[in-house]
This record gives sequence, structure tokens and C-alpha cells, in this order.
Amino acid sequence: MLKLPIYLDHNATTPMDPRVLEAMIPYFTENFGNAASRNHSFGWHAEEAVDYAREQIAQLIGADPKEIIFTSGATEGDNLAIKGVYEMYASKGNHIITATTEHKAVLDTCKHLEKLGAEVTYLEVQPDGLIDLKELEAAMRPTTILVAIMYANNEIGVIQPVKEISAIAKKHGALFFTDAVQSVGKIPVDVNADGIDLMAFTAHKMYGPKGVGALYVRRKNPRVKVTAQVDGGGHERGMRSGTLNVPGIVGFGKACELARTEMEADTARISKLRDKLENALKQIDESYVNGNPAHRLPHVSNISFKYVEGEGLMMGFNKDIALSSGSACTSASLEPSYVLKALGLGDDLAHSSLRFGLGRYTTEEQIDFTIKAVTDTVLKLREMSPLWEMFKEGVDIDAIQWAHH
Amino acid sequence: MAYSDKVIDHYSNPKNVGTLDKGAKNVGTGLVGAPECGDVMRLQIQVDEATGIITDAKFKTFGCGSAIASSSLATEWLKGKSVDEAVKIDNMDLVEELNLPPVKIHCSVLAEDAIKSAINDYRVKNGLTELVFEEKLH
Repeated sequence: MLKLPIYLDHNATTPMDPRVLEAMIPYFTENFGNAASRNHSFGWHAEEAVDYAREQIAQLIGADPKEIIFTSGATEGDNLAIKGVYEMYASKGNHIITATTEHKAVLDTCKHLEKLGAEVTYLEVQPDGLIDLKELEAAMRPTTILVAIMYANNEIGVIQPVKEISAIAKKHGALFFTDAVQSVGKIPVDVNADGIDLMAFTAHKMYGPKGVGALYVRRKNPRVKVTAQVDGGGHERGMRSGTLNVPGIVGFGKACELARTEMEADTARISKLRDKLENALKQIDESYVNGNPAHRLPHVSNISFKYVEGEGLMMGFNKDIALSSGSACTSASLEPSYVLKALGLGDDLAHSSLRFGLGRYTTEEQIDFTIKAVTDTVLKLREMSPLWEMFKEGVDIDAIQWAHH
Repeated sequence: MAYSDKVIDHYSNPKNVGTLDKGAKNVGTGLVGAPECGDVMRLQIQVDEATGIITDAKFKTFGCGSAIASSSLATEWLKGKSVDEAVKIDNMDLVEELNLPPVKIHCSVLAEDAIKSAINDYRVKNGLTELVFEEKLH
């Protein structure tokens, strides 16, 4: 029996794996110690659990456990990495390079630093969502201290050429930071093979708990340091003070272990379902897949259905299927997705987009239901769309003088 | 944000979706909004020239559920009204009837614009001057 509603918004957050919850529970009650309590067994148990989780997490990304700095999540990780590098390396320069399709936690942090005197270059992306490496190379300056480019995009799932980006940064003596929230636990990420100096990621996007994340900070070749943004007891090698969220960290560790051991099988299954969904929805006239299909996360598909509006479309099935749209109407701002606009998509196509994010518990039955519901709604709304009628009559919609408001 | 039952009802069972002959002298057509803004409404009225009564109204809308509901309700209200009465339909009446939240008020303004634009189209076709309306904030 198909259970409704269906959750297809795994880029927003994921349900917690019951095995993760099971691992966490004792650390709320009997093993409740503070990992910084050095004088008794409660503290030792907590510290032991944190150390074990640190190993599990480090192993997933090919890092040394000492390189893992626990945070409250990726927004904090992004802030700590960018602000921390900016302050720590102020004597070397003040220039940061990032891209227009980054998460707001990166963009807003960069904007904040601009007010404090940073110079920031925002690289445009190509129509497929990838940055142009030649533009990156050309943007490098002697004062460039940091290149901040995400591993994979949260809206379209496009995976940036991380190895090539880090090589360019290294060649020019800059550090490379990546927001890898969407990719860690989903695709193989190796900080050494990828040349990553700093990397933010979070537990709740990979079937772990909310409220815990990590910043990877390289210790060798080069030894990277960030200035703390939260001062206090000097936890986490002085880079992030605050009592550790022990149960959250234990859950994060378990989630990383499960991701490492099950990633291959999960990816094979989920990408097959994603392809089935995408191929079926591509059969609809005037539907367009956004982002480079060859360099993309295996569980994401972002599709624009021209001549229907995204929120109106979702309303046709949102009591049964949970997903996201790039439409303006889903946000308070009335602006459509800045990521889709950065691809050069017209506002009309950005308004017409849906993001499908599949996950560990997505079934073929759910995908079949989704294909039918989305297809039926697109066809129904097109019958109601004046733009579809004009398109069918051969009217050039772009040539009409619309009254903008 | 949850939709009101009335918005859901109009969205699920829209009234008067369709197209009237825009070339006909007794048909007025209003096309408002813009694809870039995520809303386009086309609203048409068919008028009995002898009585000035709107005998039929049709719409097609590209937009969110509230935009579809606003135009569907507008066509319901237009039918049977005289053109002079139709001019008086206010967007806040639509807001009230559909329980639109503040962020969706622009959908009702668009529907009011569509009504007025259709009426003016009808007036111009029939040798009358265009009515001038105060612009509402979207």
C-alpha cells in the first residue's frame, strides 16, 4: 500500500535513519556527560563517544579525525570558514572568489565581509550551472586568500569540477573552501584527492540529526587555521568554543558510517529511480531539465514545465507529494530562484520549475505515483494557461509588451 | 502556507475556463500580468449589446492557485452583471471571499485589472472612450 504523503524534498532535509536514532539515545540519558569534563567517568564516556564519531566522520571524507571541527550545522561552518580565513589571513590579502549560485550562507557571509573591507568576485556560471575554470583563473589575484565554491548545488544538483578548482587555487597560493552539504554522504568525497582545504557539511542532509555539522580544516600541506567566531572555553582546538552536542555528534558519526558502507548500493538504486522519473517527465512537451546532466548528484532532478507556474503546479498534488519549486510564489520575496536565473533561464522558466530530491526511502511505487500526478497536473494547468494557448497558436510570447509590476 | 478551502475548490474545479472569440464586437478581452512575474491572466466578457448585461465570461490563467481562484471567482461574479456594475468589482471583495493572505493580494489586484481591461476593450470596440482607473499597488 502506498503511504501518502510522499517526501521528495531530500535536499531540504532527510528523515533520520532509525539506526542513527538508536545510537544516539543512550547519550541523552545515561551517558549524558560533558565531553570537556576531564575528571570523571561521565566526561570520559562522552569524550570517547565524540572521538569515535570524529573517526567515523573523518573516514567518510578521507580526513584525519583531528581535522574535524564540530559546528551547529553548515551555515555555521560556512560562516566559520569564510570569516575565519578572512581574519586569520588578513596579512596575506583580502580577496575572495565565489560564485553566484552559492548558498545564501556563503553569499551573505561574503557580503558581510565586503562591508568590512573584503573584495569579493562573484563568478557567473555557465548555462549548465558549472563555473568556467578560465574565468576562475582570470579572477585570481596576488591578494586572493580564498576560493569558496560549493561541491554540488542544492537546487539543481550540479557538481562543480572541484579537483580543477582546488588546483587553480593552490597554484595561486589561495585556500579552497567548499560547502559540501549536498554531496557528503551522497557521492564519494575525498578531501585529499579533491584538494580541499576547508569543507562544511551537516548531519541532517544525510539521515542524521538536525543541529550538528562539521567543518573540515586541513592540518597538513598546508596547515590551515581559522579565527574562532565563537569565543569561550577553547573547544575544538580553539576554533569553535561551546559544549559539544554529544548525542548529535554520535548520530552524525553513525550517519557517516552508514553513508560510507551503503552509498554505493543506495546510489545505484536511487539514481535509477531518478532517471525513471526524469525520463518520464521529459516526455511532456516543453519540459526542460535544468543543470548539466553529466555532472549531477544522483538523486536530484530539476525540471521546468514551460507555460505553467510552479506553485500552481505543486498545488495540484502537494497534499500527496512534498517537493520544492523555484517559483517566486513559494517565497515571501516574489522573486524566482536566483540559482535558476544565474543559469540564464528566463524568469518564466524559473517560475515553472520543480525540484525533485529522492532519498534512501524513496520507492518505485512512489515514483510511479509522482510521474502520474505531475503529468496530469501539468496537462490540466496548460489547458488553463493563456500562455500555452498562445504558444500553440504560434504567438511569439517574448514579443508581447507585458505590463510589468 | 495553507490554502483556504475556497481557493482549493476553485483551483480543483475552476469555473469558466475557456476562450471567447476575441474578434467579436461584443467580446471584451483583458490580458494582464507578465510571464516574468509568474502571473498572466486573460479574462473575457461577452456582452448583450441591447441590455449591456454580461452573458458569458471566460478565463485562462498562468499562475499560482490564488491567481487561478481569483480569476475563476471573477468570471462567476461577472456573469449576469451589467458592464457598469462589473466595473465596481473591487479586489478586496475577492480577497475577502477567498480568504487570501497578504502575500497573495496581488493576485486579486491582477484579477481586478483583468476585469477593467476587458471592459475597456469592449468599450473601445463599441466606440466608447476608455475608462481611466486609479492604479492599485501590486
